[in-house]
Formats: sequence, C-alpha cells, structure tokens
Amino acid sequence: MALLEVKQLSIQFGGVKAVQNVSFSIDAGIVYAVIGPNGAGKTTLFNLITGVYTPTSGTILLDGEAIQGKAPNELARRGVARTFQNLQICMNMSAIENVMVGAHLRLDRNPLKAALRLPSITRRDAELRTESAELMRFVGLDQYIDARADSMPYGALKRLEIARALALKPRIIFLDEPAAGLNPKETIEVDALVRKVADSGVTVVLVEHDMKMVMNLSDRILVLDYGKKLAEGSGEEVRTNPDVIAAYLGTHA
Amino acid sequence: MLAQFLQFLFSGLTVGATYALAALGFTLIYNASNVINFAQGEFIMLGGMLAVFFTQLGLPLPVALLLAIVVPAMIGVLLEKLAIEPVKGAETVTLIIITIGASLVIRGLIQVWLGKGTHSLPAFSGDAPIALLGATLLPQSLWVLGVTAIVVLALWYFFNRTLQGKAMLATSFNRVAAELVGINTSWVLFMSFAMSAALGALGGILVAPITMTSYDVGIMLGLKGFVAAVVGGLGNGLGAVLGGLLVGILEAMGAGYISSAYKDAIPFVLILFMLFFMPRGLFGSKSTDRV
Amino acid sequence: MKRSVYLGLYVVIAILLILPFVLPNSFYMDLAIRMAINAIIVLGLNLLIGFAGQISMGHAGFLGIGAYASAVLPTHFGWHPLLAMGAGVVVTGLLAAVLARPIFKLKGHYLAMATLGLGIIINIILRNEAALTGGPDGMSVPPLGLLGFDLTSDKHWYWVVALLLSVSVWASLNLIDSPFGRALRALHGSEVASQVAGVDVVRYKVAIFVISAVFASLMGSVTAHYVGFVTPNFADFFHSIELVTMVVIGGMASVYGSLVGAVLLTALPQALSSLEGWETVAFGAILMACMIFMPRGLVPTLAAKFGRGN
Repeated sequence: MALLEVKQLSIQFGGVKAVQNVSFSIDAGIVYAVIGPNGAGKTTLFNLITGVYTPTSGTILLDGEAIQGKAPNELARRGVARTFQNLQICMNMSAIENVMVGAHLRLDRNPLKAALRLPSITRRDAELRTESAELMRFVGLDQYIDARADSMPYGALKRLEIARALALKPRIIFLDEPAAGLNPKETIEVDALVRKVADSGVTVVLVEHDMKMVMNLSDRILVLDYGKKLAEGSGEEVRTNPDVIAAYLGTHA
Repeated sequence: MLAQFLQFLFSGLTVGATYALAALGFTLIYNASNVINFAQGEFIMLGGMLAVFFTQLGLPLPVALLLAIVVPAMIGVLLEKLAIEPVKGAETVTLIIITIGASLVIRGLIQVWLGKGTHSLPAFSGDAPIALLGATLLPQSLWVLGVTAIVVLALWYFFNRTLQGKAMLATSFNRVAAELVGINTSWVLFMSFAMSAALGALGGILVAPITMTSYDVGIMLGLKGFVAAVVGGLGNGLGAVLGGLLVGILEAMGAGYISSAYKDAIPFVLILFMLFFMPRGLFGSKSTDRV
Repeated sequence: MKRSVYLGLYVVIAILLILPFVLPNSFYMDLAIRMAINAIIVLGLNLLIGFAGQISMGHAGFLGIGAYASAVLPTHFGWHPLLAMGAGVVVTGLLAAVLARPIFKLKGHYLAMATLGLGIIINIILRNEAALTGGPDGMSVPPLGLLGFDLTSDKHWYWVVALLLSVSVWASLNLIDSPFGRALRALHGSEVASQVAGVDVVRYKVAIFVISAVFASLMGSVTAHYVGFVTPNFADFFHSIELVTMVVIGGMASVYGSLVGAVLLTALPQALSSLEGWETVAFGAILMACMIFMPRGLVPTLAAKFGRGN
C-alpha cells in the first residue's frame, strides 16, 4: 500500500480554484517531485497535505488513515515534516534551538517539571542538544552549531529548516523549493543533501524548479498546471510528455 | 413605554455619533498604515478641551471651534511624523505601545496645563429641549447627528469621487502598488492622521455641550470608538459609522433597561462577544496568510 | 544549561541578601518590597508578551481578582487569608483558561482589544459591587497569617517577597530553557513552523496565559496583604499599561530585563509622586522613546552592544 494517497483533492479560495481534483499516490522510500509553472498550486498542495489548509473536497490518506483537515501539529505526530518556501525560521532563537524544536514531540513538555528543573528534563535536553548538533553536521552546518539563527546566511537557514524537519524523525518529509534562492554551488550541495535524506529511509516529496535537480533525484514526478494534474510518471515519461513540454519545459527540454 | 424607548434611542444615537466619528478616525489610520492609533480618544478630548479653552480666551465660538479642530489635526500629524514614521514596519505590539505612550503624553500635558476640572461648552443653538413623540431631544443632539451625517457624506464623496480620496484608498489596499503608480504615500499617511485627528476633535466638540469634557474623557471614548470600528469591521468606513451608532444605542439601552452602573462595561462585553464569534465584524473581509 | 544564565540569579540573590542592611529607612524598605512584587508580576507577564509573543492589555484585572479575593473573602465570609489567596488563584486560573481559547484565536490588534476589554470589565465590576468591594473607595485587607503568626512587619515581608522573587527568577530561567519554553519561543518566532514541528499552538497560548494570570493573582493577593488596603485603581487600565511598560522597557524576552523594568518603573512614580500629570507624561514619553529607539528593551539592547546577546 502506498504511504500517501491523494484522491480528488480540491481547494477553492473564493473564485480561485487553486487545486482541482488532483489524485496521485506516493510509495514509501522514494523521492517524489511536484513540478509545474508558478501558480500551478504546488505550495498549496503541500499546505493541504501538511494541514495548513483544509481542502474543500477530496481525501488524503496517510498509511490508510484519512488526514485531510487535520491540524499541522497532529500531522507532525504522524511523522509528517516539512520545510517552507518562504523560510520560517525562529529568528529569536539560536540555530541549534531551532533544530531542537523539531524534536518537540519526543520530549516531556510539562511546564512544572521544567520550572523545577527536574533531572529527567535536563538529561533529555542535553541528549537532544547532542543529537541536534549531529543533525546540523548531517546537513552541512558544522560551522553554525553555536550560532544564532539571525546571524546565518540564507543558504544556511534553508538547510537549518531541513535539520529541524529531520529532528522530528519523520516518515515523510515535504521540501518546498529547497534550492530556491541558492547559487549553483549551493544548489549542488542541497541536491546531495536531499539524496542523503532519501537514502536514510525517509520518503521525500519535493517541489522544485531546478529541472536538473528534479531529474537527477526523483523516482517519480507529478506535473501540475493551473491546479490540475497534467502528468505523472518517471522522469523519462514526464520529460517526453508533449503536454508537459508545451506547458512547462519548453521544446528544448 | 415608547417615550422611554425613544429617549434611550436618541441619547444612544447622539453618543453613537461621537463613537462613529472616532471609529472613522481609527479606520482611516488603520487603512493607511495598519496602525491602531490608541491615541485617537485623546483627539476627541482635545477637541472638547481646546474648544473650551479658546472660548474662555474670548474668541468667538466659530473661531474657537475651528481652532479646536485644526490644532488636534496638527498634533495628529506631529504624532505621525515623530512616532509612527520612524518605526515603519515594526511589530504590532510595538506600534500599539507607541500610540498608547502618545495618548499618555497628550493626556498628561493637558492635565498639567488645563487641570483636572470638568468643563462645559455652550450649546450651539441653545438648551431648549425639543419634544418629539413623548421624548425630549436636545438641540445639540440635532447638531451632533446633523454634522456627523454631513461629514460622513463628505467623506464618502471624497473617497469615492475625488482623485485624492481614491489615492488614499489605493494606498490602503496595497501600499507598494500605490507607490509604484506614483501615489505619494507619505502624503496619504500625513492626510489620514490629520483627518482622523480632526474627525475625533469634531466629535469631541459636538458632544461637549451635552456630556461635558475633562482631561480624561479620551480613554473611554477612544476605546469605545475602537470597539465600534471592530464591530463594524476594521478598515470598513460604513462599518465604522454603523458600528459607532450600534455601540451607542446598545450602551444607552443597556444603561436604561438593565443597569446604569454597568453602562461602561457594555461596549466591552460587546467587543468580547464580537471578537469571539464574529472577529471580522459586520462588514470586515476574511483574509488568509500565505505561507 | 549555560552557567552564565544562573550567574545573574546569584547576583540577584546576593543583592537581595545585602539590601536590608544597606537601606537607610523603612521608606526604602517599602520601595524595595514593591519593586520585588512588581518584578514577580512582570516576570509572569514577560513570559506571555516577550517569550510567547502575545499581548495582554488587561493584566491588572488579574491582580485585582487576587487582591479582592484576599480582601473580600476573609472580611465578609470569614475565610482564612491563605485559603482566600488560593481561591483568587483558582478563579483567575479558570477565567484565564476559559477565555484564553477564544481570545488567542485572535492576533495583533484584536488580541490586544480582547485582553483590554477583559481588564476593563473586571475593573468596572470591582468598582460597582460596592457592597462587597467597598466601591471606588476600596476596602481594607486583613493581615496574612502564616502558621498562627501574622505577617505585618516590613522586615518579615521583605524576606517573604525576596524568597518569592528568587524562586520566580529561578523557575523562569528553567522554564525558558526547556522543551516547554522552547515551544513558546518558537511560537513567537514562527507560529506555523512551530505547528509543523508538533506544537499545539492554541494549547500553549492558553497555558502561558493562565500561568502569567496566576502569577498576577498571587501577587495581587500579596500586595493586598502587604499594603493592608485595596482600591479598584489597582486593577485599572493605567496599571495594566504600567505593567506592559515594565516588560517593554526592561526587555521583552529577558528575565533580568523584567527585573530592571520593574525596578525602574516602580521608582519613577515615587520620584514624580507630587506631579501626577507629569508622571503620566513621563510614562508616555518613556514608552514612546523606548519603543522607537530600543524596541527590544534595555537589557537585550545593552547585552547585544556588549556582544553577549541573551
């Protein structure tokens, strides 16, 4: 059974049908990309699946369980993590604290125990700090382990978001344009990082405009146009699909 | 029975007109700059207090009243230039606190300069009450309602039929876009603070003969004006006016039929009610955050 | 836990220990006690405003509930003061918990307005129910008895309050550097990011609102017993603004900033006590200047200047 199944998903904002009757499924362990022109509904689709929006119709099944309309924090509990196209980093915290927030659900959140500084809390926090430093190394942020979030460059913050998402120990991770705003060198590094994440067993769902990256990494690709599904298949199938070429890739793909 | 109801209705409409003018002031500034000007109430107070001051100086009533509108307008502009412009784009909490600070400064200065006493302004056309359907109406009430109606119509005309007014509206929808088409958004900001202070002051002047004025009337009037603006839908001019009238009427009805001791609590119970069940107000629009 | 953070606590404790032997007379003792009480209230409020990034424009209302519980219940119903204090805490906690959910669905100005409305309604009730509360003139408060021993002397109050302050600072520091505290700060930094990390945002806002309200209620009761008298002004809008000013001046999201803000702004009215109008002007001017030039508050701005950043 597929890990994620989306059936006839739609959402409408007033008169704008941002996503119309989109259906697809994602097997566990693969890298799945969602591509399409700007305004095609890719981020909206992500927002629907990760609980930021509630669909007007359709279902989303995670491991067979219907999750459409559930709040983002409930989805986090089910192992769904995501990063954001417009960075959502907590600039009021340090880099490593941002990562530690990702592990929120794995910790004892009791305020009374925290106020009394019980050893169980401090011990877990120390363990988590070590683990988060490890995660930061995993995503290539070794030099920023002691940094404040607001002192880090854009490219580093994009990777910090990925580290935070990984701290959740997710089953499936949604990366919304991880290479946006990055120069060619940084893009190659992110490409390698996404590959690393996928190799570690996490299902990766990716929105990206960088076609080289998409074709390199993805096992399957979904193409959206004006909120509707245009095509779905392997990189080769999508690349040679005449509708996709007309709408998005251009004739010299 | 009817007479009593009408009595409450009239007094509610009268004070509601003041709230409406205050609410319009909030709306103007909110639309131009996304700032809730907690000092709005102090402009109402300034209108009344300065009118008293200028008349006591011996100036003829029309001149005193004009000055009592112009001076607060200038103070409004001063507020915008000194306290709002320097912190463009700051967090909501910051802006709220700045305008609260401004209200304290204005109120404190008036307290020091003009004292804590209560003052009255002579009614514009005498005190002889008018009998209407068994209830009595003060001539000043007619002034309040009449002038407010004219002002509201004038504003409607300004915003919908004149270029400057449309420019201000455009700025409220999208400041950057407005700048890109050549609208001087600094001027818009300047105008909105000036106009909103003038509106508040006008309301204070109109109602001073009825309710008297003192250095601390601004707090409650301003807060209730804000309630009215939220009830009507923050940012909506028609909503502001209707909200003001509604709050005034509910307050008068509540004071008359339920309890006059809790009169002041009514607008705030109303606002809590509105915020919990209809936060967008009567005419407000829904908005979604893009992530 | 960075040891440097506790270092401040040791300094505070040291100051608290030395102070009684340094202060010249009971006027200053009284001032110190009031500063400490305000500091505790501000600590609680700062958790809400500075760390969690919310607003509360009616916090003095919670002070009023605690103060009047301690006044009314023993006086009119014969309750033991400690029980009355507990009742105040329970009522405040329940009120905050019930109202928090709808209130914190709001943001920005709407949130400010709702908290403001709440505070004003509480004030009006306290002012109007004269039979119970003594109305605008207020009422006297019986002394607080602990284990058959009445707390009346300044010196004893000082140590009680100093202890409470030290514990509050310690607890706040612990809370901030914990999963709960991080969730709060993340909520402030980016609500949606904290949500996708699993933080139930509404629940946390409710929790911190209740915590800060309960802090206030408790200290309201303490103030009532200490002063021996309470009036509705204690729970009015201006007092709510004073508290917010203390948070803002000292430093939002700064534990030590809360202390600095409380100390400075408890001293200010004393300095201007004969010039009521000027006091208002001064408060307003300070608020404006601080938010324009030092929006992060004294302590964080100074700390950043000297490179440490907390």
